[in-house]
Amino acid sequence: MTRWLLRRALQSVLTLAIALLLLFLVVHALPGDPLAREGDRALTPEQVEQLRRRYGLDRPLPGQLAAFVGGLVRGDLGTSIEYGRPVASLLAERLPATLLLGGTALLLNFSLGIWLGVRQAVRKDSREDRWLTTLSLAGYATPSFWLGLVLANLIGVRWHLLPPAGMRDPLGQAGLWPATTDVLRHLVLPALTLAIVSLAGTMRYQRTAMLEVLRVPYIVTARAKGLSEGRVVWRHAWRNAVFPVLTLFGLWLPILVSGSVFVEAVFAWPGLGSLAVAAVGNRDYPVLMGTSVLVAAVVVLGSLLSDLAYAALDPRVRHG
Amino acid sequence: MTVRSDGLKAVWRRPGGRAGAAFLGFLVLLAWLGPLALPDPFRQFDLVELADAPPSADHPFGTDQLSRDVLSRVVSGARISLAVAALTVALSVTLGAAVGLVAGYWGGAVDAVIMRLVDGALAVPRLFLLLLVLALSDRVPLAVLIILMGATGWFATSRLVRAEVLRLRTEAFVQAAEALGASRRRVIFRHLLVNAAGPLLVAATLGVGDVILLEAGLSFLGLGVQPPTPSWGGMIMDGRPVLESAPWVGIFPGVAITLTVLATNLVGDALRDVLDPRSA
Repeated sequence: MTRWLLRRALQSVLTLAIALLLLFLVVHALPGDPLAREGDRALTPEQVEQLRRRYGLDRPLPGQLAAFVGGLVRGDLGTSIEYGRPVASLLAERLPATLLLGGTALLLNFSLGIWLGVRQAVRKDSREDRWLTTLSLAGYATPSFWLGLVLANLIGVRWHLLPPAGMRDPLGQAGLWPATTDVLRHLVLPALTLAIVSLAGTMRYQRTAMLEVLRVPYIVTARAKGLSEGRVVWRHAWRNAVFPVLTLFGLWLPILVSGSVFVEAVFAWPGLGSLAVAAVGNRDYPVLMGTSVLVAAVVVLGSLLSDLAYAALDPRVRHG
Repeated sequence: MTVRSDGLKAVWRRPGGRAGAAFLGFLVLLAWLGPLALPDPFRQFDLVELADAPPSADHPFGTDQLSRDVLSRVVSGARISLAVAALTVALSVTLGAAVGLVAGYWGGAVDAVIMRLVDGALAVPRLFLLLLVLALSDRVPLAVLIILMGATGWFATSRLVRAEVLRLRTEAFVQAAEALGASRRRVIFRHLLVNAAGPLLVAATLGVGDVILLEAGLSFLGLGVQPPTPSWGGMIMDGRPVLESAPWVGIFPGVAITLTVLATNLVGDALRDVLDPRSA
């Protein structure tokens, strides 16, 4: 077990290192200068040269790589061109909002997806099973930014049921309870949007896992004992079919992170996604780079935790 | 029993696959012939009287802020979306198949190095790689956009093909071919690639839907297909400020994306049931 753990952890470190090298090469070795678009800001060639020196872009590639790696080791991701602040502190400021949104979306995704997936498995090949599959695929096919815009417009702007944008009401009441409900009300639409577009995968895995368990002899035994169908399904079958689905959260992380870029931009949710979109508009490449580095780290860590969770539940993995 | 006839029959036998294939066929016809019968998607009819006009007999989907016909633009957008997605997937599937074949066939150190690189590349979501590259360049031409999306889309495919090759190499017919002295090229192209074609076709079909969504998202952010070329994502961006007063500008392109991606995924699912049952 220890050896397996160690190997898996080392592999994650290597994967992350390669991902970071790839990001570095994309920015520094591809044609296209990160500061080429400085023309937008009406800078003189001397000022551009000065900026290039400040960001170390005048150095040869290995020197730039050394500076990049050195910065990463110190937790220094550079300075934002637009905000003039360290990228690391900008990211730290935006991370909680994204974690709140992503976490809520994941929770919704799992609770809805697992419940519906079990229903589908129990009623396999029925009309309901087929419709649920089609509906979840339709959700997957819907562009998140469009669904977000439509929901914000209908529920937020037209019917005034929930706030259409932002995370806090600037005119909201002070105090812990009003502030919390305010954030929760703002959270509903973006979290729902993300959950809808990512639901299909969870439903499909839960349906498949459940179908496999329902074929196993002890389910026949449970039924033969005269247990109620609900007890057979939830107590006996589902308990063994849910863990493989839960350990899949590592797989959903890249989808959630990419989805949150659009959803945050549409709902003006003050997280990493809207920071990245603003950085695209501002050509603020240190911020984009920092966000991508953080995202890569989250994805690698998520897949490691996912594997660990799976191994903890299934001894065949760690001994195999 | 070829991949093609098998796949086509399987798609048609399933209600979902049939609906998806029928819709895609209709869409291709519409994108091909529709522009002949519809107004010019670039034409600005009347900026004063016909801006954001609601659906009518002349303009069944209404007009946008520049008084252009929304239906024409949705149909022209279908041309762009389908062509971009098809070319992107063709590129990424070719790259992924080539890398997967090399890694799986040669094995050893070559395989180890390639697969570690692929693992690393998969850790950065495709969207972020593209945002980085696109933010660093000025308006990219359509061909460059296709190359960029194709070049960032083959990582998972190479894994899939490698796994297929590793499995196939232990099969008796491949070992027999090798024992009979078949050339390396013959083994790779006549035995490995042909037998990996099923899962590859499934992945390609599902990949088309993903690319349509990706291109729409990039165009929505102003980084994909550049205006005035009509694209579904760009039209949603155009419709955003008038979603309240003229919802038709942004609603119809969104419906078009959803239906098209749903149709390709239904076809992909039907294909998978027959061609790649192990992963269904």
